[in-house]
This record gives sequence, structure tokens and C-alpha cells, in this order.
Amino acid sequence: MSRIQTTFEKLKQRGCKALIPFVTAGDPNPQITVSLMHALAEVGADIIEVGVPFSDPMADGPTIQRSSERALKHGVTLHDVLDMVAEFRTKDERTPVVLMGYGNPIEAMGWERFATRCAQTGVDGVLTVDFPPEESHEAFGHLHRHGVDPIFLLAPTTSDARIEQVAKLARGYVYYVSLKGVTGAGHLDLSAIAQKIPHIRQHIGLPIGVGFGIRDAETALAVSKLCDGVVIGSRIVQEIESSNEESVISNVARLVKELRLAINYT
Amino acid sequence: MQRKSPHSSMRLRKLAYNYPDSTGHFGPYGGIYVAETLMGALDELRVAYEHYSVDPEFKAELAYELKHYVGRPSPIYHARHWSKRLDGAQIYLKREDLNHTGAHKVNNTVGQALLAKRMGKPRVIAETGAGQHGVATATVAARYGMECVVYMGAEDIKRQATNVYRMKLLGATVVPVESGSKTLKDALNEAMRDWVTNIENTFYIIGTVAGPHPYPMMVRDFNSVVSQECMLQMPELAGRQPDAVIACVGGGSNAMGIFHSYIDVPGVQLIGVEAAGSGIASGQHAAAITAGKPGVLHGNRTYLLQDENGQIIETHSISAGLDYPGVGPEHAWLKDSGRAQYVAIEDSEALQAFHDLCHYEGIIPALESSHALAYAAKIAPTMGHDKVLLVNLSGRGDKDMATVARVSGIEL
Repeated sequence: MSRIQTTFEKLKQRGCKALIPFVTAGDPNPQITVSLMHALAEVGADIIEVGVPFSDPMADGPTIQRSSERALKHGVTLHDVLDMVAEFRTKDERTPVVLMGYGNPIEAMGWERFATRCAQTGVDGVLTVDFPPEESHEAFGHLHRHGVDPIFLLAPTTSDARIEQVAKLARGYVYYVSLKGVTGAGHLDLSAIAQKIPHIRQHIGLPIGVGFGIRDAETALAVSKLCDGVVIGSRIVQEIESSNEESVISNVARLVKELRLAINYT
Repeated sequence: MQRKSPHSSMRLRKLAYNYPDSTGHFGPYGGIYVAETLMGALDELRVAYEHYSVDPEFKAELAYELKHYVGRPSPIYHARHWSKRLDGAQIYLKREDLNHTGAHKVNNTVGQALLAKRMGKPRVIAETGAGQHGVATATVAARYGMECVVYMGAEDIKRQATNVYRMKLLGATVVPVESGSKTLKDALNEAMRDWVTNIENTFYIIGTVAGPHPYPMMVRDFNSVVSQECMLQMPELAGRQPDAVIACVGGGSNAMGIFHSYIDVPGVQLIGVEAAGSGIASGQHAAAITAGKPGVLHGNRTYLLQDENGQIIETHSISAGLDYPGVGPEHAWLKDSGRAQYVAIEDSEALQAFHDLCHYEGIIPALESSHALAYAAKIAPTMGHDKVLLVNLSGRGDKDMATVARVSGIEL
């Protein structure tokens, strides 16, 4: 059983929902990322999504784009990100790590080499925002062969036919984007989520994480009741942005702990 | 060669160019590489375009608008004086600079705006680099009574103040983009974000033959009126089709427009001219096919200027319209399949051609088009006087006055 699967199984037994924080690798600097990941795991992150910085993050809002820019200023590459995961794994064998980013840095490395490195370093899942299932068969075949889970996005506008397509390729969990727009946008529509999630479950047996627009304990709790896990990205990145280097880990840890406690009440 | 074959007609049929495939691929290039949040909107667009592109009423309205609003057909002009100076092939210019708004861009914006109208989208958005596509979009938005928002890099806004003012006069809102390199590619990212947020009421008018399917095909189709006219005009004016068709390539919309009908015509060489900036070796250029490698950006797979880690790198060209790190996927395919050749022209060579056309023909060309002119001037002297080159004069140079004056050390 994969680390992601094991994690969701255990949560299910305990009647808990997954808390999935996102940080961009190398933000605010490359030295801090591994410590930050450990801190996230310590305060109750069930899965950690690690953003691979890209020069043109088209599907992200300004907050996550700025985090990418900060990391790129330090010259953080996909190789560096994989090394960070390897370092994280020397002390944490349990917490699944999912890389999230855009396809081109992986294309530049080559999918086979990337998938091999993911398996070696202990990456559990990969979400390439700009690779829909139609374009992903060959690329994600490499991931499947190396036991790395391809994670897919589903949107309010995704048709049933396309949910079926995703169901064939997806492993680990699927990530439901809870609103129209980019990461970090406002206006969360809970009733729309409540309608769509059962519908997705008719087509996909995997756990469903929900993200985009979750900003605080209240929204995290409300959303967690409707799905299997909540993804929090922009809000954490904002915390990183507004902290100085000494306080960044403790500030992010405090925020994630609050969210953890909030969703434990489901 | 094919004409001699007894099976020529059959072979021609087999060769008939029919790209992209139903999923938007030109060989390995093109496709739909976008986040899930955009898939629904692209599907809606594809279905609408498939429907209206063959709808007689739509085609009739488009033809009317192109004739009476844009001023088509644009003439072809035999640049006799300049050809004589170059002492070689005869150079003919397709005068897209004479279109309303001064460039080929309006062919596409009229088409997409008419489509937006039929799809019931009252708001159009666009990205722009030099401002030409922004102006062409603002123009049609005014013409059809649509709300218009144009995204433009903050750097470009500084460089192209006149075009910013033109867009505002036409009623558009110009939004400065402060992210990334603050140029065209960042404006495109920002426009995509607007689209994904306002999908219900908004139509995204992309200005070049890039982006996710169906954009590369649709923008090419709307611009291919250029080569359809050339196919009729060249025999009338020159007595035959050209030996080579030459066009500048940034994203590549004017080049696809003038190449398209010629792809299936044997014996016509197709030459795309990229911006070599300060020289390919300097690294300061925008020549994605010449010096880039395939990757995925802005919704499609194509040649890209990128570093060894897959990050997109900043481009440099004297002409803002060619200052883009990618190229339309169909050009990538035409390059790999060998049907078209791609070359690069440096800033200094383009400037020389700019001045020569002013001087010898009384035509002020856009700096973008000057790259194509420069390559024509390079090869014409190596060819016989009976050879014919057709150059797409894709836009007029009025917008470039400040740039040319500055590099010439003149204060306006």
C-alpha cells in the first residue's frame, strides 16, 4: 500500500479528515524548506504538498506566484526540490509528500528520470497543474511504473466524461478545486461543493481533497465536513510572506495547528 | 518534381495538409495543456468555433466586416525600386499595414469578436505586448459594443505609451501586469487568470497562433484570409505564385496567415524570420525555433526559450511584437516536418531594412515586419531577376517612431 493510501486508511479508521498544507520549495529560502516540512508534520499535517517553483505559474494567483519568484531568485531547481524531499525522508518515513507544479521543468528533466528520482527520494505523488488527462497518458505512465501517484485536479466545470478519464489515471487522491478562478481567490461556495462531491464519488473511488479558497479555521472545518481532506496553500504562503526568517517556522506551525484543531471537530 | 509524376494528383491529395488533428495536435506539438479549471471553457469555445466557422451567416458577416470595416482585400505591391537596388529577385509586399488599425492583427480580432457575440459573451479580454493586439481588440470591442480589458506588462506600458492611450480612447481598460518579467508572457498569464475567474461572461481573444487548442487553429484560420488573397493576387500581378513567402515570426500569426494556403502548393518555399536581437550567440534574442527546444507553456507544446531546468527565460528584441519566448505550435511542426524554414535576423539588420523601405519605397514598415524585409534583402541579391519573393508587410511603423529615433540617437 502506498504512503498516501495508508494515510487515508488510518484517518478513515479514526474518523478524521486529512490536513494537506502547501508550501513552495525554497520560499523564503532553500535552507528553511526541510525544517518547515518537519514542523508541518509535527503540528499535524497528514500530507505535505511541495510546490516546484516555475517562472510562469498560470493557474496560480499573485500570492503563490510571488512565492515561486522568491524561490527562483535563489535558483531553486527541480533537482534541488527532489534533494529537499530526500533530506526530509531521512527523518520522516511516514508523511506523504506530493510535488505540485507545472509540466515544463519535468519535461526538461525527462519524465522517466523524474519518476525514477521521485521513487528514490521518497516523493509519493505528483500534481502537474497544466497536464490534463488528455495529454498525460505517456508522462504519467512513467509515474505509475515507479509507484508514484499522479494526482489530478477536478473543477466545478469538469464534465462526467472527463471525471471518468481522470478516474482511469488518478492514484492516491483527487484534488477538487472548490471555486472558479486561481489559487488564493475569495468567495467559497459551500453548497456547490456539497453538491459536487457526492457526484464525483459516483465516478471515483479515491479520497477527495478540496482546496482553493480555504482561509481559516472556520472555512477549513466547513469544507472538511464535505470531503476527505482540505488543502491550504495561499493562506500559508501569505504567512510565510509576512513573517521574517526567524519567525517563519513558528508562525506557519501556529497557523497549521489552528487548522488541525479546527478540523478535528468534524 | 511532383508535376512530372503520373500519380501527381493522387499524391497531392494524400499530401493535402490537414492539421491540427481533432485534439489540436500538429504532430507532437500543440494540444491542450491547461489547468482543469479552463477545460470546460475551451470545450465550449471549440464547439462554438466548429459550428460557426462553417455557418454561412457567420461567414457572410465576417466577409462583410473584413471588406467594409478592415478594408480588405489588402493590395500586393511590387517594390520595384528596392528590388532594383538589391539587384536580384523581385520583392512583392502584401500590404497588411494598410488594414484598419495598421496591422494584420485586426483580421483575427474581428473574427473572434463576432464569435464572442454569438456565444453571448459581453466582455472580451486580451493580452498585448507592443499594444497592437490590444488596440485591435479594443477597436472591435468598441465596434460591437463590448466591455474590453487589456492586460499589458508594466514594462511594455512604459515603452508603448501611445498605444496605451489609443486603447483608452477606444474605451478599453488597460491593466498593468507587475508580475514576472512584466512583459507579454506575464500579460498572457494574467489574462488566463482573468478568464478562469470570469468564464461565464468573458471571451478571451488571444492575439497569436499559440495557446491551447482551438486557439492556434482559430487564429490561423482568421488570418489565412491573407494567403487566400495572395493566391489570387500573385498570378494577376506577377504572372505566377512566388518562389518564396517570407514573414516575421514572434508567436507567428501573420506568418501562419500568409503561409497557410501555400502549404499545399509545391515549389513555394516558406520562410519564417525570428528576432535574433543582439545576435543568437549573445543570448539576447527571441528566436524560439532557432535557439530553443520543445517544452510546454501557455497551453501548448512547442519550441521555447528556456534554461536547462525548464524555466522560461526573458527575451530581447528591438521589436516588442516579436519579444515572446515561444512560438505557435504549427510553426514548430512546419519546422520539424521540413515544410518551412526558420531563420533569424538581428536588430541592426531589421533597422537597416526599416530605413531602406522608408527610403526607396516611401513605406514605413513595422519593426516586426522589418525582420522579414531584412531577410528578403539578404537573399534577393543571390537570386536571379526572374525570381519572386513575397513578403508579408504585416504592419506599419508609426508605432515604432520613438524606438527608431532613440536607437538613432535622435530626441523627438
